[in-house]
Amino acid sequence: MLPSMQDDPFYQFKVTFFEECDELLGNMESYLTDLEEGDHDSELLNAIFRVVHSIKAGAGAFSFERMVNFTHRFEFLLDKLRDGSMTVDDTIVRVLFDSNDVLVDLVDFARNGAETPREFGAHELAKIEALINGESLPEEGALPAAAGSAVPEVEGEKSKAGTDAGSKVFEIDFSPKPSLFQHANEPLLIIRELSGLGDLKVSLDSSMIPELHVMEPEKSYFTWTFELNTEASRDDIDEVFEFVVDDCDLTIVEKDCTGKITGVDVTAASDLGDDDFGFFVNEEDLPGNQASSNQSAEPTVDQEDDDDFGFFVDVDAGEVEAGVQTNDENSKSYKADSLPVEAPASSEATASVKQSSMPQAPVPQTANAPVAEKPTSVAKVSSIRVDIDRVDKLVNMVGEIVITHSMLASELTVLQEDRQTSLGSGIEEMSMHIRELQDNVMAIRMQPVKSVFSRMPRIVRDVSKKLDKKVKLVTEGENTEVDKTVVEELADPLTHMIRNSLDHGLETPDERIAAGKPAEGKILLSAEHRGGRIVITIADDGRGINRPKVLELAKEKGVVEESQVLSDEEIDNLIFAPGFSTADEVTDLSGRGVGMDVVRRNIQSLGGRVSVVSEPGVGSRFQLTLPLTLAVLDGMVVGVGEQKFVIPINNIIETLRPEKEAIKTLVDGTHVIKVRGEYIRLVETRKTFSVLNAETDLSKNLVVLVEADGDRTIGIVVDKLSGQQQVVIKSLEANFGRVEGIASATILGNGSVCLILDIDGLADMDSSNQSDTAHYLKSNMLSSGISSDVSENEAAQ
Amino acid sequence: MAKKVLAVDDSKTMRDMVSFTLSGAGFEVILAEDGAHALSVLNGQSVDLVITDVNMPNMNGIELVGKLRENPLYKTVPILILTTESDDSIKGQGRAAGATGWIVKPFVPDKLLKVVAKVCP
Repeated sequence: MLPSMQDDPFYQFKVTFFEECDELLGNMESYLTDLEEGDHDSELLNAIFRVVHSIKAGAGAFSFERMVNFTHRFEFLLDKLRDGSMTVDDTIVRVLFDSNDVLVDLVDFARNGAETPREFGAHELAKIEALINGESLPEEGALPAAAGSAVPEVEGEKSKAGTDAGSKVFEIDFSPKPSLFQHANEPLLIIRELSGLGDLKVSLDSSMIPELHVMEPEKSYFTWTFELNTEASRDDIDEVFEFVVDDCDLTIVEKDCTGKITGVDVTAASDLGDDDFGFFVNEEDLPGNQASSNQSAEPTVDQEDDDDFGFFVDVDAGEVEAGVQTNDENSKSYKADSLPVEAPASSEATASVKQSSMPQAPVPQTANAPVAEKPTSVAKVSSIRVDIDRVDKLVNMVGEIVITHSMLASELTVLQEDRQTSLGSGIEEMSMHIRELQDNVMAIRMQPVKSVFSRMPRIVRDVSKKLDKKVKLVTEGENTEVDKTVVEELADPLTHMIRNSLDHGLETPDERIAAGKPAEGKILLSAEHRGGRIVITIADDGRGINRPKVLELAKEKGVVEESQVLSDEEIDNLIFAPGFSTADEVTDLSGRGVGMDVVRRNIQSLGGRVSVVSEPGVGSRFQLTLPLTLAVLDGMVVGVGEQKFVIPINNIIETLRPEKEAIKTLVDGTHVIKVRGEYIRLVETRKTFSVLNAETDLSKNLVVLVEADGDRTIGIVVDKLSGQQQVVIKSLEANFGRVEGIASATILGNGSVCLILDIDGLADMDSSNQSDTAHYLKSNMLSSGISSDVSENEAAQ
Repeated sequence: MAKKVLAVDDSKTMRDMVSFTLSGAGFEVILAEDGAHALSVLNGQSVDLVITDVNMPNMNGIELVGKLRENPLYKTVPILILTTESDDSIKGQGRAAGATGWIVKPFVPDKLLKVVAKVCP
């Protein structure tokens, strides 16, 4: 954003506009994709039309002229599709996609305050024109002869008739029809507006007023004759009657000061809905009210039909127009400048309300006056846009309050006897409020993953086109909400993984058919909440991970030792190894120096995990598990010796005090516990983190069973449970450094730093131990012929 | 007492700008995102003016005008429709439904106020 925009009175609206554009264009991608897939539903076409229409309206308001030009024609094309005069086909869909791309760029140009290159979008515009005119599309690269001029300049037509100098006299006969009132127009306002233009003499002809008993309340019985002495132009007069010209009989005659007729009249007469009524106007209200009885024509004779009054006459637009006569050039009718299809977008268009002064306009015209007051009543769905920094500060402060609160609460425990006092209950209540405050503050940062998901169809479309593969992208759960930072960090990994699926996962149509699959591949992208975390799945029905090749490559790169024997899962997981790429060649699609190891690292830095399941010939499924927010965590504070740790509540399954017999020791000295017939590996925090003065007798410890991702369960051995608490996450990496098995840190009420356990990390550490152990066991047991299955290890001991 | 205006538009940018302009001119502004929303926002309360966009999801501006005119409460409330320079037929449709007048987009604050002043001084 250019700094100069800050001085722009429309700055704040522009910000909204661009955000709105992003949203609209984001939706547009998926609409167009639906269209491409054969959904030609009118609602869909309407939705597409509305995107362009809304952008055009905003672009017009801010004078983004190139955008106005482009959207104008784009919209016109869409309108033709919408009203059925053109039908959607592949060519059109392609043009729509291309046009959308142009629009996205135009929005970017405008946002960055950059000048749009002169010929930008000209080719697409030419294609649109060709489609509209039913011509064949111009050749790629062949620009229309005058590309620049193909883009109509948007400069508004200058107002047609300049203000005529000198004062003139207009004689105006005005007889309203009932339809005028049905459209909620008011003769009184028109008279006031006229009087604002100059000296106005008003004569009222009330001769048509019938006897009281036959009077119809909704009929119009009055006609007026005005004599206006003014310096205003004819256009200004026309403008006064702009909205009612079809609902009245109107004659305007222009005279010069001597009374000679110089201008000609307009008779805008619709013969429809001729019922008159006139109860909206009080005679007393009229300036210079005079009855005059010399009105010759009776305006309502023809179609007067008493049965019609009181209903809103269904005036057919066509008929209304048919009734309008334009007698003269001078008689600027409202139809005359209605835009023909080919006319350039005009910013000063049909209504042509010009800058004539309206000294007595009752509404102060101070659009740009600084007005601080807000509307007192707003729609129920309203929102404001806030600088993310402010929200971050808010989140941080709430974090500090949480810490202070827990400090107070722990102080209170010290003063045992005061438990029941108002201080105690106050702190109790405060904790509820703080909790609510925190939830609400966090909710401010939540947003649907849609904003990232919506970018993917585009990537799929582009990449599949390049690769000549047929793909259908299915997205699910795009309204799942997560913290804004999480959403933002998702874009790159998702893009990378989707590209991977397309490039490595999916086969070409021929290969697919040969493999007995449908030619069109499928990629699923889904998001769901699962136990306080968000799980994002990217699955494809392609060929799966090519294990022999991966293994071979891994050995080549020295990631795996030549003699090592790996399970299928272990091989699959090799794709996350640093510097590992399975691409045959470095294309522009993959191999951009970003491998799955980077994806994994990114995800891990967010406190997330990524896993893969693959089956040859059937497909692969990647799963990202991420915390919903990066700021707070529900945790169980546990004590181990002198140290305290926090275990994320979401991971905890149960806590148990182990029976001595349930604990078994493996040969390498690690322990497992038998819970309901299953063996679960124990992680002794005492050993892992070298905690002093901790309980060494396992049967006197507690075991917290936790679930790491991938459905792995481990038991964490602790001395005691101190209670459940919400903790504010402080990055350990930023303040200290990375520690394996520790996710982050927090500050407890007493001010002490406490470490939050990384359950998945611990499970990993464990499983690497385990696999070492398993190898160890394997080699030891080969001789005894016992399987290496862990649950049977006890037999070996 | 401030005159009350209901502004209906599916674009937040437009709602913001109409609302800003009109509240700056002393109007009380109520906002709605489409025709259906407008009816629920109104919920029988009286307003002095309605300004509505035409192209909107759920219920478009023309339908909204028709609905409002059906209700005796809004029979005499001026209704302005926001149209674009290219859809002249919209004016006809708007008229047929009972609209009082129209405002041509693009949005220009002075223009809006001027047209509003015409029907709702």
